[in-house]
Amino acid sequence: MNKLIKISAVSLLAMGVYSGAQASTLSDVQAKGSVSCGVSKGLAGFSAADSAGVWTGVDVDVCRAVAAATLGDATKVKFVPLTAKERFTALQSGEIDMLSRNTTWTITRDASLGLNFAGVNYYDGQGFMVKSSLGINSAMDLGGAAVCIQAGTTTELNLADWGKANNIDYTSVVSDTNAQTLSNYDSGRCDVLTTDASGLYSMRAASNDPSEHVVLPEIISKEPLGPVVRQGDDAWFNIVRWSLNAMITAEEIGVTSATVDDVSNNPERERLMGRSGNTHEYVGLNSDWTYQIVKQVGNYSESFERNIGVNTPIGIARGVNALWTDGGILYSPPFR
Amino acid sequence: MAIYELNAPKKVPITQIGAIRWLRHNLFSSWINAALTILAIYMLYIVIPPLLDWMIISANFKFGTVDLFGYSIEFSEAMATNNDCGRSAACWPYIYEKIYMFTYGFYPREESWRPDAVFWLTLGAFIVIKLIKNYKHKNIVFLAITIMYPIVSFILISGGSFGLVHVETHQWGGLMLTLVIASVGILVSFPIGILLALGRQSNLKVINFLSTIFIEFIRAVPLITILFMASFVLPLFFTESMDFDKLLRALIGIALFQAAYFAEVVRGGLQAIPKGQYEAADAVGLNYVKKNVLIILPQALKISIPNLVGSSISLFKDTTLVLIIGLMDMLAMVNMTSNDPYWLGRETEGFVFVTMVMWVLLYSMSRYSRKLEYRFNTEHTN
Repeated sequence: MNKLIKISAVSLLAMGVYSGAQASTLSDVQAKGSVSCGVSKGLAGFSAADSAGVWTGVDVDVCRAVAAATLGDATKVKFVPLTAKERFTALQSGEIDMLSRNTTWTITRDASLGLNFAGVNYYDGQGFMVKSSLGINSAMDLGGAAVCIQAGTTTELNLADWGKANNIDYTSVVSDTNAQTLSNYDSGRCDVLTTDASGLYSMRAASNDPSEHVVLPEIISKEPLGPVVRQGDDAWFNIVRWSLNAMITAEEIGVTSATVDDVSNNPERERLMGRSGNTHEYVGLNSDWTYQIVKQVGNYSESFERNIGVNTPIGIARGVNALWTDGGILYSPPFR
Repeated sequence: MAIYELNAPKKVPITQIGAIRWLRHNLFSSWINAALTILAIYMLYIVIPPLLDWMIISANFKFGTVDLFGYSIEFSEAMATNNDCGRSAACWPYIYEKIYMFTYGFYPREESWRPDAVFWLTLGAFIVIKLIKNYKHKNIVFLAITIMYPIVSFILISGGSFGLVHVETHQWGGLMLTLVIASVGILVSFPIGILLALGRQSNLKVINFLSTIFIEFIRAVPLITILFMASFVLPLFFTESMDFDKLLRALIGIALFQAAYFAEVVRGGLQAIPKGQYEAADAVGLNYVKKNVLIILPQALKISIPNLVGSSISLFKDTTLVLIIGLMDMLAMVNMTSNDPYWLGRETEGFVFVTMVMWVLLYSMSRYSRKLEYRFNTEHTN
């Protein structure tokens, strides 16, 4: 039965692809004057509204970058809050132009749903958080621990795989929601809490006393999160991919929203800023498209530090999300 | 001859008067009741004091300076932040900080007077209806309000004409969206429900059959399934150009769902009308429409009021289900606002607040229905 539903859903989705493939997303976006961007219904630091109702977060900044590139105005984004279940349907049906909703890039999604992942804006992975009073420094010491998990997520499966592979016995304490998982952990029903690392940091910030908890260094799964577009519109795919790449390259070169107007004799920088070369013609945008991204949204580092960096309540260190030159794996192909 | 003297009247035993009698009579009349009473008191004891402590005694009320109708009330020097609050008691400044989001969602701030205007309009409509109770042409006024009110409200909230900026439905949220969904759901489904109920009573086989099929089909499916269909499956059948609004899809789903329930409630009312009423209406030569509008429905609807309101209240509560299809109603705002990095982890305060708002609204609805029942009570009962 389940399989039947999946097959019919996929074939319906495929129909959607063919009907949706004809129109050019870029001209649609420019005609209506805004980018429709699917985001989460509230995930701290990734996409959530502040008290003034303004969307902020690293996922939100990718939407803003695309709006800055295509329309010259980072505020011209129509944010569509989506649940995890409806996100792909919304993209397929054309309700949104792009999806930037902490979505893990997997082969199944990329190859079978008629979607294209335009890059990675955050390398996530499942991690562990323990009370610092336990004095544990490595996940390898977790033998016999009680672990708080959220039911029905891949988290549960990842943990089982990892436990089997490393011969670690544990008891799992399963609950339904994030808040429940956290309260189980806070009340001492388990010693360890496991979920995606980005989630661990915001749970730590929401716990009774954030300084009492440490996030262990081990990451047991790969969760590359990135923006997604419909298959079949390669021009739009390029725009989204290179808008993200522009933010990363800007950090690499050292251009920030504050220094973007300075003229330098670095040829790569001049190329990125659209002051020389003609890369903008290939993506079909104005010559200042990357300039607008950096000017209005900032480079990758600015976005990261503003939303989830160590000076925010969430307090995530760059870690694996640092540039490849700084020991991370963030890497953009050259603007040339 | 024996002389009988009256004994001095004895005092009524203390166990038979006042508070003690009341206690014995109501709480400790048998050992089972006594045990239940003690259990209940114990449960209240373990729930109430910590709750009061969390909500009021230890809670943080540092709102800073609040501006209320031109008067500024100083609660504290500065508004408490998330960290100032601590985790052991409620942090009410969070609600104060996010009150706009809870009320209007992403509705543009400079346009928020428009939902406000609709709110006052609603209140005004109720007052007018109350005032014209004895006015000769009250039915015409009532009809005019019923027709004009939804149109004016829609133009005000949605905009796009009369010089008002268009506010797209994805920006609607919070309590405003909850009220929009509930009121549209109830108002649209009510006439459909009546027609379906009449259809199910009809002698015309096709109409009867179709109404029955519709009602039984919808009633056999949970609302959540209908919302999922409206939100995930319908768009797959449309091409991009045909894509129509998510809120509209949800509203249609909710209205059809509620219509089936109203239909059954009204059918109950119709069946309770004595057969003589139908026959009398036929005997004086009224046609089908006149018979129903003048004789049957007024009586049937009157006796259905408690159930109609009950059904409306349950719809009101069910509107919170729209959060699973990504509409940002008041309940969804709890998750949204407690995910602001600067106000992380305040779900509990949010849920308590939403619960209190919902309770006030629903309790008012139920009180109002009692008043309606009383007003329409023309039966000559003692």
